[in-house]
Amino acid sequence: MFTLVTERENPTFEKIISPIIDVPPSPALITVKSPIINPSPSPAQLTPAVANSMVVSARTYADFTPQATFDIKKCDLHKLEEGPPLQAVLTREEGLQYYRTMQTIRRMELKADQLYKQKIIRGFCHLYDGQEACAVGIETGINLSDHLITAYRAHGYTLTRGGTVREIMAELTGRRGGIAKGKGGSMHMYTKHFYGGNGIVGAQVPLGAGVALACKYLGNNEICVCLYGDGAANQGQIFETYNMASLWKLPCIFICENNKYGMGTSVERAAASTDYYKRGDFIPGLRLDGMDVLCVREATKFAAEHCRSGKGPILMELQTYRYHGHSMSDPGVSYRTREEIQEVRSKSDPISMLKDRMLSNNMASVEELKEIDVEVRKEIEDAAQFATTDPEPPLDDLCNHIFYNDPPMEVRGTNPWTKLKSVS
Amino acid sequence: MYMYYGITMVFFTVFWVCHIYIYINNMTLFIFYHVSYQNVTPFLCIIIALHSVEYHVLPCDICIINCILLLQVTVRDALNQAMDEELERDERVFLLGEEVAQYDGAYKVSRGLWKKYGDKRIIDTPITEMGFAGIAVGAAMAGLRPICEFMTFNFSMQAIDQVINSAAKTYYMSAGRQSVPIVFRGPNGASAGVAAQHSQCFAAWYGHCPGLKVVSPWSAEDARGLLKSAIRDDNPVVFLENELMYGVPFEMSEESQSKDFLIPIGKAKIERQGNHITVVSHSRMVSLCLDAAAVLAKEGIECEVINMRTIRPLDAEAIETSVMKTNHLITVEGGWPQFGVGGEILARIMEGPAFNYLDAPAVRVTGVDIPMPYAKILEDNSVPQIKDIIFSVKKTLNA
Repeated sequence: MFTLVTERENPTFEKIISPIIDVPPSPALITVKSPIINPSPSPAQLTPAVANSMVVSARTYADFTPQATFDIKKCDLHKLEEGPPLQAVLTREEGLQYYRTMQTIRRMELKADQLYKQKIIRGFCHLYDGQEACAVGIETGINLSDHLITAYRAHGYTLTRGGTVREIMAELTGRRGGIAKGKGGSMHMYTKHFYGGNGIVGAQVPLGAGVALACKYLGNNEICVCLYGDGAANQGQIFETYNMASLWKLPCIFICENNKYGMGTSVERAAASTDYYKRGDFIPGLRLDGMDVLCVREATKFAAEHCRSGKGPILMELQTYRYHGHSMSDPGVSYRTREEIQEVRSKSDPISMLKDRMLSNNMASVEELKEIDVEVRKEIEDAAQFATTDPEPPLDDLCNHIFYNDPPMEVRGTNPWTKLKSVS
Repeated sequence: MYMYYGITMVFFTVFWVCHIYIYINNMTLFIFYHVSYQNVTPFLCIIIALHSVEYHVLPCDICIINCILLLQVTVRDALNQAMDEELERDERVFLLGEEVAQYDGAYKVSRGLWKKYGDKRIIDTPITEMGFAGIAVGAAMAGLRPICEFMTFNFSMQAIDQVINSAAKTYYMSAGRQSVPIVFRGPNGASAGVAAQHSQCFAAWYGHCPGLKVVSPWSAEDARGLLKSAIRDDNPVVFLENELMYGVPFEMSEESQSKDFLIPIGKAKIERQGNHITVVSHSRMVSLCLDAAAVLAKEGIECEVINMRTIRPLDAEAIETSVMKTNHLITVEGGWPQFGVGGEILARIMEGPAFNYLDAPAVRVTGVDIPMPYAKILEDNSVPQIKDIIFSVKKTLNA
């Protein structure tokens, strides 16, 4: 079934005769002879840029590598004999999908930044750019039927858990088309099996364990991923939750997204032990590179398997970084240097890392990825357009959604003569 | 002999609940099951009454007496039965809290449930209120129907963030996507000799928050019907019991023994009709109001005693209707006066149609505005007594 593609001289890549990868150099230099692949037709094929490049380099889609195996960093282990595998297989489709999703999150957050500065978004806005590999990697390691809960830096997760950019942006601008009809805002977005979006630091951790308890109780083989940050990691209720999750063997993956700063306090100034993956004590833990989407994916798969096999909870620490400040009111440079931010951006950016991997292994072309960028930008623009033009929620909606499944009731307004109506 | 037997039965019904009797040969074996609110250890007492055949004791007499006996149910047993029936009815219902399983409940309210339903549905937790309350809320979000017991509501303060921010507000913040069908229950308010940190009434604190339903039963019937309604309700319900009421028996009607007996949340009940003054109360204070009303009736003052049953949503209409009839109002509660339940009732009366019917200012009878002391004489004088209610009624009527 394989048709040999005519080889072309290409000094950039090493050529390997054997289809099996057994060369362990840096991921950029591995090539595999490609069998015929059948990618879904992409508009990228039709643009002049691509057509031109096709003419110039005479490269067809049949050239792209369908999949490649990459080395990933070894995880630090706590109370575990073995960790996740040291290699990850990435197919072209997966790579493009991860790239697209991460780029969508990136652009969405940057657009939110813009809208906030224009005062179209107000209140709290905690941006996720820099941490995209965490959200995307975790989602690819679990199923949509699993459960996830996080704190307030939640826009990325709302997307990976099934929300659309339109709904998310409209929620940020407080419009009726928002994912919570404009009543929740940045920190209170929900989708199926995604429990927010929680404003009180650390409170989401017991909630997540409760969801895991329900999974175990109902026997549905689902798990709950329960996220918190390095700032929350010192909360007492988290340790209470570790205790009960471990006692009752709840299928819960605790994930600490360590972005080095809890608001403006660096981890060294907040925690006596910054080995967050060990803080679960009796709970096995992993520490890994949260900027590498493949690393996150493999670790999540490993952790999910651990939980599903009934061994109880497991803890993961993702070492990551946020480019923006804690929230929009924080420039993010009073407690860290611009040089530090720049260094992370240039050396460890999750999207660049994936892009380089894919390009170096001939899994995608520059033009193709640029095309994805253009599509993503368009999607974000459309969503922002919707978010700024959609009307605000109607005043009749003010008192609705107090109780579920209850007959309509009256709610006192601001004065005794104002009686407002509330329906479920 | 039969007369002695009869009197003994009447005496025992006040404090005892007779579960079974067996007539064996010439001896009638009565097995009594006694739970005192002062002493939570149940004990069995076997009384053997000797009957001679010559006394012609009729079996039907014994049946009648036992029928009367069986319909006396303590608040504790009513709560126990309600939970038992709801656990049976819906598999998603489960109970968690400190000592609810193997200890049979700190106040024995969940006695027998763990033996019947096992570890999966009756869960003993470590002493970590914030943690297990959060876990209960999370389980409710994911489709179960937890009953989260706080050993007393004083400890709920450690978990109050989960009750308010995670449970009460979520349905609104998610614009109807995420409901939280949970019941938080436990004893509330003053007990006997437990001092300041264990005696606070939380009716006003929880009653303040939209998104919560807050229920405060008085009698065994209230306890049964309201707990069943609370468990079947798809919203967060704070169920405020009272430790001093656990051991008090009440007559239960035939209707209230049904497995589907529900009392609607948000509706008050008029416990005693009257024309001269409306007395509004909740929980244990209802007993005192009825006692006060009995004393006042001898002097020709007829009090209309309203048992609120629910703190939130407050049945203002029932109170207004009553005030429009009696023209006088006092509220009676065990909690502190400032920003309390009584304050809310008075404000509503001021703002509503009943104001024009008041012949005297409405007043509140409340606990004294101090932390609860320990010494008996001090404690007794820190909460309303019957004489305080009588005094306030008379002052209001003469004013």
